[in-house]
Amino acid sequence: MKVKVISRSTDEFTRERSQDLQRVFRNFDPKLRPQEKAVEYVRALNAAKLEKIFARPFIGAMDGHIDAISCMAKNPNFLKGIFSGSMDGDIRLWDIASRKTVCQFPGHQGAVRGLTASTDGSTLISCGTDCTCCLINVLSFPSCHADCACLHIQANAVYVGKNAYWAVDHQWGGDLFATTGARVEIWNHNRSQPVNTFEWGTDTVISVRFNPGEPNLLATSASDRSIALYDLRMSTPARKLIMQTRTNSIAWNPMEPLNFTAANEDCSCYSYDARKLDEAKCVHKDHVSAVMDIDYSPTGREFVTGSYDRTVRIFPYNGGHSREIYHTKRMQRVFCVKFSSDASYIISGSDDTNLRLWKAKASEQMGVLLPREQKKHEYQEAVKNRYKHLPEVKRIVRHRHLPRPIYKAKELRRTVIDAEKKKEERRKAHSTPGSIVTESVRKRRIIREVE
Amino acid sequence: MGLEEETGGSAKDVPPTEQELSAEFDTTLQKYLRGEGADLEALKDKKLKGQLTVREKLYGNSAKAAAKFEKWLMPSEGGYLEAEGIEKTWRIKQDQITREVDILSSRNQYDIVLKDLGPYTLDFTPSGRYMATAGRKGHVAIVDMKSMELIREMQVKETVRDIVFLHNETFFAVAQKKYPYIYNRDGIELHCLKEHGAVSRLQFLKNHFLLATVNKFGQLRYQDVTTGEMIGNFRTGLGRTETMQVNPFNGVIAVGHSGGTVSMWKPTSAAPLVKMLCHHGPISALAFHPNGQLMATCGREKKIKIWDLRKFEVVQTIPGHHAKTLDFSQKGLLAAGTGSYAQVLGDFSGSQNYSRYMGHSIAKGYQIGKVSFRPYEDVLVMGHSMGWSSILIPGSGEPNFDTWVANPFETSKQRREKEIHTLLDKLPPETIMLDPSKIGTVRPYKKREKPTKEEMEAEKEAAVEAVKDIALKKKTKGRNKTSKRVMKRKVLIDKAKKPFIEKEMQEAGKLAGKRKLGEETELPASLKRFVRKKAAV
Repeated sequence: MKVKVISRSTDEFTRERSQDLQRVFRNFDPKLRPQEKAVEYVRALNAAKLEKIFARPFIGAMDGHIDAISCMAKNPNFLKGIFSGSMDGDIRLWDIASRKTVCQFPGHQGAVRGLTASTDGSTLISCGTDCTCCLINVLSFPSCHADCACLHIQANAVYVGKNAYWAVDHQWGGDLFATTGARVEIWNHNRSQPVNTFEWGTDTVISVRFNPGEPNLLATSASDRSIALYDLRMSTPARKLIMQTRTNSIAWNPMEPLNFTAANEDCSCYSYDARKLDEAKCVHKDHVSAVMDIDYSPTGREFVTGSYDRTVRIFPYNGGHSREIYHTKRMQRVFCVKFSSDASYIISGSDDTNLRLWKAKASEQMGVLLPREQKKHEYQEAVKNRYKHLPEVKRIVRHRHLPRPIYKAKELRRTVIDAEKKKEERRKAHSTPGSIVTESVRKRRIIREVE
Repeated sequence: MGLEEETGGSAKDVPPTEQELSAEFDTTLQKYLRGEGADLEALKDKKLKGQLTVREKLYGNSAKAAAKFEKWLMPSEGGYLEAEGIEKTWRIKQDQITREVDILSSRNQYDIVLKDLGPYTLDFTPSGRYMATAGRKGHVAIVDMKSMELIREMQVKETVRDIVFLHNETFFAVAQKKYPYIYNRDGIELHCLKEHGAVSRLQFLKNHFLLATVNKFGQLRYQDVTTGEMIGNFRTGLGRTETMQVNPFNGVIAVGHSGGTVSMWKPTSAAPLVKMLCHHGPISALAFHPNGQLMATCGREKKIKIWDLRKFEVVQTIPGHHAKTLDFSQKGLLAAGTGSYAQVLGDFSGSQNYSRYMGHSIAKGYQIGKVSFRPYEDVLVMGHSMGWSSILIPGSGEPNFDTWVANPFETSKQRREKEIHTLLDKLPPETIMLDPSKIGTVRPYKKREKPTKEEMEAEKEAAVEAVKDIALKKKTKGRNKTSKRVMKRKVLIDKAKKPFIEKEMQEAGKLAGKRKLGEETELPASLKRFVRKKAAV
């Protein structure tokens, strides 16, 4: 007869010396793990609860400005620094880690309306309502010191124009920048007059953004409720899209450079494909007041918006509702937001003269994580996502505390929308089938497209 | 011509073995896939479809990786016993096996004789390392099976009916004469569970930390050992109960009654989940297969029946055994203990047909009280009236253990960490159900039946009553006229009744439509020309 019995020798299964790690043996057979789904569910519930316990997104406020902050700019070379301009003409460079001003630049006589940094990080361009456009060389400033006094630096060049400027943006990888006001003007660093001018209609153009993937393409929004796309190589503007309400700001998706998202006055953001402007790709609805500014994360997977309703929201790039909302009693109307270049932080500038620093993921553990910690976080995230549709877990994951005015405003909007929907349904039910056609949400707010 | 033949010949040689291998790989892959994938063709939502395709692919990859791991990277191989020639496996004796096997394994075959202290019952920790034994006359002992070391031995000076480990080897529960007690590993009495009264059987649900007890009158109690809360207290109501087992697959407790019925219970409902009439006489033994699909029962009429738990049907009846105790091993072998003879049955064809595999008879006169396979070892331990014996059953234990599930080589630090992790993962008692894979799934859409007329009337009245209870605001400055108040109430009541009336009208309209068609067919031919025709569309 042939016989064999399981025999395990202790040396094979235990460690040799006490300095060694303990030996681990795995068997992934499902029959060794009865009720694994129930265990996963309990872990998902615990993970959701822990996430809420550790959710502390607010890191700190940077104060120093004495008037509302109107615009911010990221420095592509220096991760820790951010430029901000305020309504009284003050421009500062902040060190985010210590939350202190590094440098204070000579500003403008009136409000600073636009700030941008060149791609190599050497020049800061600012424009304001005093019809001037300043170019400042920023390579010469010292790196941050906690107790450094605000050094005043002379501007490299000041260009004067005919009308007040509303926004400025720098070309990616090139040396042209665009300012907008009465018309869109393209400048070169060295020339004191614009190289090129685009004009379409007589209304002020209030924001401009260059495309990160296609350096000659730029998008602007004007106060005649339009979004216009311009190509620098052509002498005439390319296309225009007219909506029902004005767009306050535009941001291009850095990972999918043909898509851009427009922050609109009607409390929603519209994502468009620049090749097909007759229909929005996605409508992002969650704010209760006008959306003032928008910025994409460097991953291209989400974007942050700041709104007139005193909140900052983070939306997924393809989702209709926000995944996160940040608010504070002290933060008033948010005029500008920026996603930090490492996709971990959000900086918001608001009416109460403060810049605020937030975490992009509210319960994230910052700093260097051990591989075991990282794996644990990944596992918690994955198991929570697997069961987040179940009622108990969903209730915890979705829960966000909203300030009372926003909660009430949301309820009101909900009632209004429901009432309109019901009326529409009744009209449809009482008329010949096919006579009343509901327009899709993605097309509803577009009036027409113009070549 | 010759070349073709050559290539044809070589092609015939290579594929069969590869095919066999791939077929075997596929079966293991199926095991790790854990069921069918989602039907993505029926989805209309493109975004969801895209997300799910990615996820399904990920599942496929992880299942493949697990199957490959199982094939190549497992440290140990299982045991086996093969008879040669005209030999039959059930005639092979233990000393023959002990001679063929290595020293370490041969040490696992022994008999311990303790004459005075009554029939012994035993329980193992999930890792198979520690064993708790209790003799009827009050002898309680904890033994480390690897080193055969007696960890703790005590005499509780009372009748002991059952013993069970809690989540660790550091805690065990003993069913004594009047109440069950919980002891520490050092023999210190921690708790006296007075609420349970005199119990005859104890079972511990590992994932839920529930201690289930049943007394001979059929009172089933569940207690949470972490908080001490009594979760359930049920009268089974089916007569005298002698056996109780927990199904490790889904945490359901099965109780065997003297009428031949087996009832299955969960802690959150007062009525049993299932009541099965299994035998003509009282149930003497009960055991569950670790995969949760098979149950073996033995009745006093000397038949062992194997049940399929999904269809609740008999798969096989094995006559001729009056087993006082049954146990399934991790690999699916069934041990039945009758008198002084232990029979081990195995399912070798894969078609759930149990046949004789091995047998062992202990000294005549010793009555086997409990058989229990040791987890992760090829060992069967039998507790009998004069002590306990351990025999080798090749092929019964799972050769490869998982450190994070049950570790026979656990250090004290690992044990403490594991305790905390299992406490964090403690399942609420609501998760006990007959089919545990239902958690996280969507309830199938049930077409709601039309409510009857009485139900609709009742609903309407309930809505009207609710509206009548609303308090209207008391207006001042001459605006609080009675007539206005009455009008307002009337309007509110009409509003509440409106949806019901609309529904009724819709139903009436449908009926009228149906009747109209019927009427048309009933009219005689000469009168048909006077029927109003619908305008041609």
